[in-house]
Amino acid sequence: MRAARAAWRFLRGEPFAFVGAAIYALIVVTAIFADKLAPHDPREILRVGRRVARYLPISPEHWLGTTSSGRDVLSQLIWGTRSALQVGLTAAIVVVAIGTLMGLLAGYLGGWVDKLITRLADIVLSMPFLPFMLVLAALTQPGTTVVVACVALLLWPNTARVIRSQVLSLRERAWVEAARVTGCSNTRIMFVHILPQVLPLAALYGSVAIGWAILAEASASFLGFGDPNTVSWGVMLQEAYANQALGRGAWNWFTPPGLAIVSMVLAGFMISRGSEKLLFPKLADK
Amino acid sequence: MSRSGFLRLVAERLGFLVLTVWITTTVTFLLFRLMPGDPTLAYLSPTFNEETRTALLRSFGLDKPLWEQYLIYMGNLLQGDLGTSFLQRVPVSQLLADALPNTIILTLVALSIAYAFGIVAGAFLAFQRGRGIEGFAIPAALATRSAPEFWLGMLLLAGLAFQLGWFPTGGAVPPGSNLGGVVDRLTSPEFWRHLFLPALTLVLYLQGLPLLLMRATMLEVMNDEFIVMARMKGLSRWSIVMRHAARNALLPVVTAFALGLGASVGGNVVVETVFAWPGVGRVLVQAVQGADYPVAQGAFILISVVLATMNTVADLLYAALDPRVSVGARR
Repeated sequence: MRAARAAWRFLRGEPFAFVGAAIYALIVVTAIFADKLAPHDPREILRVGRRVARYLPISPEHWLGTTSSGRDVLSQLIWGTRSALQVGLTAAIVVVAIGTLMGLLAGYLGGWVDKLITRLADIVLSMPFLPFMLVLAALTQPGTTVVVACVALLLWPNTARVIRSQVLSLRERAWVEAARVTGCSNTRIMFVHILPQVLPLAALYGSVAIGWAILAEASASFLGFGDPNTVSWGVMLQEAYANQALGRGAWNWFTPPGLAIVSMVLAGFMISRGSEKLLFPKLADK
Repeated sequence: MSRSGFLRLVAERLGFLVLTVWITTTVTFLLFRLMPGDPTLAYLSPTFNEETRTALLRSFGLDKPLWEQYLIYMGNLLQGDLGTSFLQRVPVSQLLADALPNTIILTLVALSIAYAFGIVAGAFLAFQRGRGIEGFAIPAALATRSAPEFWLGMLLLAGLAFQLGWFPTGGAVPPGSNLGGVVDRLTSPEFWRHLFLPALTLVLYLQGLPLLLMRATMLEVMNDEFIVMARMKGLSRWSIVMRHAARNALLPVVTAFALGLGASVGGNVVVETVFAWPGVGRVLVQAVQGADYPVAQGAFILISVVLATMNTVADLLYAALDPRVSVGARR
């Protein structure tokens, strides 16, 4: 209850974070009730009389019109929230877990562990993200697993660096020394004493990683390496592009999924920008 | 930093670059050969007859043990031999050499415009700190960074090319005509007309970073002692902002430019695909889609090497420009 009130106070004071959190809330609610909210089955091929209802414009029956294969755009958009959240959250959790662990080890243990992890991070950061994902998808099998794996494999250094520098300052504090004196093992100090202190920071990077994962999924789908059996915003855009929606000026088809992606990624940026002020009060007056 | 100190840094960075490139190429080798399934399937098109098959197997060294294959692969790489395309039956290096200038032109043009705009707009916004325009400009800059590049491209394509007909819908030259040499391309108005939309897409996508970076560092620099000093000397606000603050705030932006150059060469993959721009990214996508593995491998290696090189350049630029950076105390 206290935490909820504190969160509310924070959101009221930070308009950026408030808007971001509101967007996330809206997307989560939509994803939970997708089957109730969507007017049609997203994969159902709709018909007008005996003909397939292709390229219907915006109308009271189809708020966002239909696709080239007669599917309801609004329903696909609503169902897309599920795959977006699924990809975004799994990738964010994995990337933050790896990044935090690496940052913690490097920062706390120092020495050759630190050197090794920092070097590894530098090398990973010089791998081109999209090309790597393409090659991996082509050599294994296309789908969301590859997207999540790539985000996890290639984006952990960003989190690790920040966590590392945070741990570097934390480990010099008196209470860490106190813990050591009372005979706590390194493992215990790292995971019981220091880890909780850096979790908020890790969560912050997680909110940005959600956006990265969704962008990655969209790009993979667009290039033809998404999972064709899921209804995702990326797959919607790919279908629109491949079926001449641009030439036909079917704005009602290819604008909404893009806007949905933008709002979700933007929400992550906004939350992280807003909470930066909370975590680093020094920046607040800048 | 002392001169010898800087030279040592250069040597250290170059050594690390070599290490990175070696690891990247090794990972690429392992990726392409150790994937589940028969590696010969990945390397040999089923349409080849028995004779070409054996010849190719031998030329790739695929009949040998893995470590020997690795030595051959590295040897070939060092000689610039990336193999032969399955689909087009030409050396991979030639395909890449044809595509690379297009990618570089697109990236350089877009990055330069994006950074010129971002620097000016960022400095302006720092100047406007606390005014109403911030509430609009910052979310707008963040929003363009949140949009998938290919979707921005799709919107521009649908509006400016298909609907209004102002620009061609794809490619680098009108269908049927020859691309010509690099000089021919740069002097041809058609080429620039084709370049416009992909470049604009990239500009929209890329301008947010320099803008936010410039604004943030400007605000930081404006509080520094030497600015207070300049103000005390009675210099005009404009002179302070432009001649003192901006020059110091540019430093991270310059580094970001070098990093951005490397990242864009790889990240252009989707933009080049949307606009059918004949660059390295599109070569990679088509090779991957068509299971043309030597081309995919070559393009991936090229993109990685460019990225790693630009990262090194960014590091060195930063050290060369900022007297405060000392050797060994990086990050």
